[in-house]
Amino acid sequence: MEKFEEIKMEDKNNWSLYEVFVRSKQGLSHRHVGSLRAPDDEIALQHARDVYTRRNEGISIWVIRSELIKSSQPDEKAEFFDPSLDKVYRHPTFYHIPDGIEHM
Amino acid sequence: MNHSVLSKFLLHIGDSQLVLSQRLAEWCGHAPELEVDIALANIGLDLLGQARNFLTLAGQYDEAQRDEDQLAYFRTEREFLNLLLCEQPNGDFAQTIVRQWLMDHYHLHLLTALTQSSLPEVSALAVKSLKEVKYHIRFSTSWMERLSLSTDEAHQRVQDGLNNLWRFTAELFELNADEKVLVAQGVIPDFSNEKEQWDKTIADELKRFELNVAVNGSYRRGAKQGLHTEHLGYLLAEMQSIQRTYPGMTW
Repeated sequence: MEKFEEIKMEDKNNWSLYEVFVRSKQGLSHRHVGSLRAPDDEIALQHARDVYTRRNEGISIWVIRSELIKSSQPDEKAEFFDPSLDKVYRHPTFYHIPDGIEHM
Repeated sequence: MNHSVLSKFLLHIGDSQLVLSQRLAEWCGHAPELEVDIALANIGLDLLGQARNFLTLAGQYDEAQRDEDQLAYFRTEREFLNLLLCEQPNGDFAQTIVRQWLMDHYHLHLLTALTQSSLPEVSALAVKSLKEVKYHIRFSTSWMERLSLSTDEAHQRVQDGLNNLWRFTAELFELNADEKVLVAQGVIPDFSNEKEQWDKTIADELKRFELNVAVNGSYRRGAKQGLHTEHLGYLLAEMQSIQRTYPGMTW
């Protein structure tokens, strides 16, 4: 049996932060619902079940240590997102939608 | 079939769930981490739900036809039939986990046997409760592993908890003379056979966790005679205080 090296006394007040994703029903994607702290992946999954699915919110859970997620930075917003604002030809707005097509 | 015997048998199960639930509720706001606080409360609420079902059913076979509230709030210490193991104080987190882990495995075997009961309402309750118990085992086993296989202090705390609690495990699965009659009549299955399975699982797991069984003093029994340790009275005093002060009060 491997030892649980993750839990060391000096780390006891410093559990890792995890992000929690829950799928509420078949056919939908997992959605970010929040975060929590846990000493390792298995406990993180159990905590997620207890904290985020107590009231019948989900049928599937993903957890991942927050530090493993690479995210865009707020100060990179200009180069990341602004270029898509002024190119109307990227949007299919020049097509005529036939009568009878709903939800477009 | 003797209704009063069946009622007491169901009370024994329901009282154990109720008292264990109350003990877990004591952790509310005090657990080592917020997430653990919620987890312990969750398990406590599962057990409370199971207790309500078993007490309600016990009430239907009860001579006085008492309901779940009357049974939970208006019986005295000597009338409670829960296992002595359930009423033992929480101690530290390690002791709580040891108690929970021993009880989870007990519930797994007891309820598995009861799924074979010839009474449909008993077997249905057993099937329903088992789902929850399987998650409880996952939780308590995870913490048994992590505490006993990490630091020396954590390992020692688990071992101390085990030393404090082991002497209350002898009465698990024991059938009294009245219950043996129920078994002979085919009302409930003979779950005393489950003790061997429980012993083996617990022994194998303790070996994996590098823990040893040690008995402090002699084995203690008394659940089914209502002979409890000194701790139950205080637990009931707290649990029953509102209903004793304002009988029949509701939310």
